[in-house]
Amino acid sequence: MSIESIVRSEFEQVAREQEKVLSGLSDDTVLLDSGLDSLCFAIIVARLEDRLGVDPFTASEDVYFPVTMGDFIKFYQDAAAG
Amino acid sequence: MPPRAEFLRAAIAGSAASLFGRRQTVRLCDMGRALDADVSGANVLLRTSNQLFAALGLIELDGVAARIVIAPPDINPEHLPAIVERAGIETVVSNDPALAIEGVNFARLHLPRPSQAGRPLARASAQEGEVAVASPAMRRPEGVKTEWVLFTSGTTGIPKMVAHSLEALTGAIPQATAQDIVWGTFYDTRRYGGLQILLRALLGHASLILSDADESAGDFLERLGRHGVTHLTGTPSHWRRALMSPANAAIHPRYVRLSGEIADQAILDSLKARFPGVPVGHAYASTEAGVGFEVTDGLEGFPASYVGRTDSKRGPVELKVVDGLLHVRSPRTASRYVGSADALIDDGWVNSGDMVELRGERYFFAGRVGGIINVGGLKINPEEVEAVINRHPGVRASRVSGRKNPFTGAVVVAEVVLTDPANDNAGFKEAIMEACRQTLPAHKVPAMLRFVPALELTAGGKLSRSQEGRRA
Repeated sequence: MSIESIVRSEFEQVAREQEKVLSGLSDDTVLLDSGLDSLCFAIIVARLEDRLGVDPFTASEDVYFPVTMGDFIKFYQDAAAG
Repeated sequence: MPPRAEFLRAAIAGSAASLFGRRQTVRLCDMGRALDADVSGANVLLRTSNQLFAALGLIELDGVAARIVIAPPDINPEHLPAIVERAGIETVVSNDPALAIEGVNFARLHLPRPSQAGRPLARASAQEGEVAVASPAMRRPEGVKTEWVLFTSGTTGIPKMVAHSLEALTGAIPQATAQDIVWGTFYDTRRYGGLQILLRALLGHASLILSDADESAGDFLERLGRHGVTHLTGTPSHWRRALMSPANAAIHPRYVRLSGEIADQAILDSLKARFPGVPVGHAYASTEAGVGFEVTDGLEGFPASYVGRTDSKRGPVELKVVDGLLHVRSPRTASRYVGSADALIDDGWVNSGDMVELRGERYFFAGRVGGIINVGGLKINPEEVEAVINRHPGVRASRVSGRKNPFTGAVVVAEVVLTDPANDNAGFKEAIMEACRQTLPAHKVPAMLRFVPALELTAGGKLSRSQEGRRA
């Protein structure tokens, strides 16, 4: 499974659990408009850390918060590549 | 800036400021009455459906009611009978009759209208729902030193009620402030952190922009920008969310403040990068300990020199560290718990329950004692979550803890010991999680659950609780 599909599957799983309706998840979807709240993002990041072995938001030297879905996926791809 | 007034209603006299709600704006200039019922000397539960009415209720009730118990928006209706009994509630004051409690008097808040001596509404703009009221301030029987009561989070069962005086609540508010301040807050003013900002705005005759429960982060940021917010406050989790919103381009604050959770270096640096040249301060405060201190050097933690002595800059707040726990003694602490025999103050000192570690010349926050987990500013007692998990058939024991998280500070995680190891499968895990989701609010449900063969016990036979950050 690619990193992108793992990330997307976690978004869908958490949305189901939290009974949130995802309003599409294209690369330029603004995360805060995706239908998920901060708690959902917190859960997604915690689970991805277990699956992928990395939390790029905490590991990064640079201070950065993702705005779009594309940002979010790229952050994990870069962390895995680095 | 007028001299410090004894009552909230008197403190706003002459203010030209506004309270901006999502749908309505109230101008405070000689605000007319928002409550017709006589609640003099009564113990009141202020239970409102939005922050604007909470503010109006506080202005109406301070100096009139004997006790104002401020209900947070997420109060559990099942706890209401016990709260009414413990706090001796005689009247519910609310803008919404649906929030009445059976068997308790009800008094309804409305948007302020002028007294008979006043002029009619100066103008009302249909678009903003603005109500401008010009009437002489009401003469009222301002003889009562009202007790203000706030709820804590992080207890199992019924939340504790914490009593403050207006004097203690406003002790950290500077006497003189600039005239052109517009406050905004991501907090809810029905909890301690948000109430501080409301009181700061009211006493400083500054306007305040209040969020609404059904307003998106982006919409609120745009509204903050439209009203020209200059001073903006929230928890680290609130700020992380704001930094994820493209709508943060709308705001240009002159002052950024965080409190309510541990402010780590990453969020402080992110805010400095996003708002170059703007002072970013993080404050230490809690419902029980009151406003402790503010850190303005841009670094996480606080200087070790803050402990052990007071200085004029920090005011009358004393700090000490006992067994790694931060204790606070100051005139701003709460006075007692309402309806409980538990002691809040010991020889003037309040045990904050916050653990600190000294590294070099600086103290760093290291989580909460007793394993209390702080998820985005909401405190969770692990025992409450463990009780739900342990009720599930096939569970022998569980341990719930916090795991550090870049979005909400922490998330809840659980380790579970099964009665029958054969149940170690995804389906059984999901069944336990589903039971938690049915019983607990979302922030208390474990983000992750892991089966373990055994749990470590202390020498005393209790579940071992190490600090926040343990992996599950």
